[in-house]
Amino acid sequence: MTDIAGMSKVLSNIRLSRDFFIMRVAAPNSARMGQFHMLRSWGAYPLLSRPLSVHDADPETLTFLFRTVGQGTKLLSELGAGDGISVGRSLGNAFPAVEGKIAMVGGGVGIAPLYLASKSIKNPGSPTRVDMYLGFSDEALLTDEYAKVSDTVVTDVGGFITDRVAPENYDCVLSCGPEAMMRALYGKCKRTGTKLYVSMEKRMACGFGACLACSCKTTGGRKKVCVDGPVFPAEEVFE
Amino acid sequence: MMGDPSVDFAGVRMKNPVVLASGTCGFGRELNEYFDIEKLGGISSKGLTLNGRDGNEGVRIWETPCGLMNSIGLENPGVEGFIERELDWINGFDVANIVNLGGHSMDDYLQGVSLLNEVEFDILELNISCPNLKEGGMNFGVKTEIAREVVRAVRRECRHRLSVKLSPNAGDIVSLARACEEEGADALALTNTYLAMAVDIYRRRPVFENTYAGLSGPAIRPISLRMVHQVAHAVTIPVMGIGGIAGWQDALEFIMVGAAAVQVGTATFTKPDVALDIIEGIENFMKEQKIDSISEIRGVI
Repeated sequence: MTDIAGMSKVLSNIRLSRDFFIMRVAAPNSARMGQFHMLRSWGAYPLLSRPLSVHDADPETLTFLFRTVGQGTKLLSELGAGDGISVGRSLGNAFPAVEGKIAMVGGGVGIAPLYLASKSIKNPGSPTRVDMYLGFSDEALLTDEYAKVSDTVVTDVGGFITDRVAPENYDCVLSCGPEAMMRALYGKCKRTGTKLYVSMEKRMACGFGACLACSCKTTGGRKKVCVDGPVFPAEEVFE
Repeated sequence: MMGDPSVDFAGVRMKNPVVLASGTCGFGRELNEYFDIEKLGGISSKGLTLNGRDGNEGVRIWETPCGLMNSIGLENPGVEGFIERELDWINGFDVANIVNLGGHSMDDYLQGVSLLNEVEFDILELNISCPNLKEGGMNFGVKTEIAREVVRAVRRECRHRLSVKLSPNAGDIVSLARACEEEGADALALTNTYLAMAVDIYRRRPVFENTYAGLSGPAIRPISLRMVHQVAHAVTIPVMGIGGIAGWQDALEFIMVGAAAVQVGTATFTKPDVALDIIEGIENFMKEQKIDSISEIRGVI
């Protein structure tokens, strides 16, 4: 493997299903819920690093839950313990530290950042309650793990997870997943006046705000998903 | 001084010949969070247009073997937005400040130039790779006589040093380069991206909303290198070499075929401070090969 500056080591990389993997990396960090890293375990090609959101973090390790989609994630899926990987900095903004009754709605690999989000929001002794709604297309994954960091876990396989969410029961909703899912959720939250934060996904080249590949239209003008997001108040991006 | 990487580019003193290419470094702010941008030879701004633009809808980038296609669509704050919000900041650094200007009509260019005449910077880099929306969408940079008209008009108006950034899609890049020189350009920069295409086979449609997009990255380097070689030998004004430079060896190749300076673009996306590696590599090469100044190796091929 080509030597990559700032190389970290993979601690484990476990296949969860046909195309889902969970990879833990030894990397000192101060990642916050909702942030992402530009990952690279190869030399010059593929040209671009791959943006993956942080699934879990402690000061010494980062965990990424990812799905193999193209050649980059395929290469990441082939890594094993001891292999080198460059993770760069923690990038992007974070989910806000909301309190009260919280729903988290994830679709597909978009469930990834909600694990750290729930873990971060549910402080011991605080009355904050998190109900997790996880939607999958083929099979439910990691539900026991998500149950450990939230109060309840509702899953849906093959249908619409948004059908299971009643926003009026919540003070705030956090979501990550396919844009169509988050738009549908925004429609429901708007009717009940429930605040919704969404984590957007766009193709990125650089991840640090220079290329404008991930630019998206917002009520406040064009914004960059990588540095102004990926988390946005839903009304900013869906109105 | 042995191994001095500084260069004089069209009268602009630069610490080293490495410039960040337009559209790959914003206005320098983001990268300054990663490294001290004063270590660079220069920065070419995100391409400006007279009025701000939102850029293109749909997919904006697509990876290719050793390359990257983009169809960002010149998303930018407009000349006035740049002057108000970015110019003073970048002028606060000791780095060659190159302002890149595009246009979709002759009028756009001239009004943009006129606004930029009021402010200070080092070089105006004229992007002639834009479609002329008032004349059927033909790219200004393809036909020599159309490029000549733009450069002539801009030269008459522009009080700054003028560098013309050439499109590799030009029908005859050597004759087009000569025309730019004849019309009074102080320098040339080449190449811009190559017109390219990708297909989404499941949707049976082009990947990009505009059908075609611009290809950059190491995939194009040998072709850009050939064009820089041809152009640098055909003109007397300095040439900035651009095209897939990702390492110091690549930069030296461009210099040896005649480039007085180089621009690093796509590679910055893979490693934000890659330009510093390139500068360091050039310095080490100069020491190792006992080269006193860049001019000793410029255009030796």
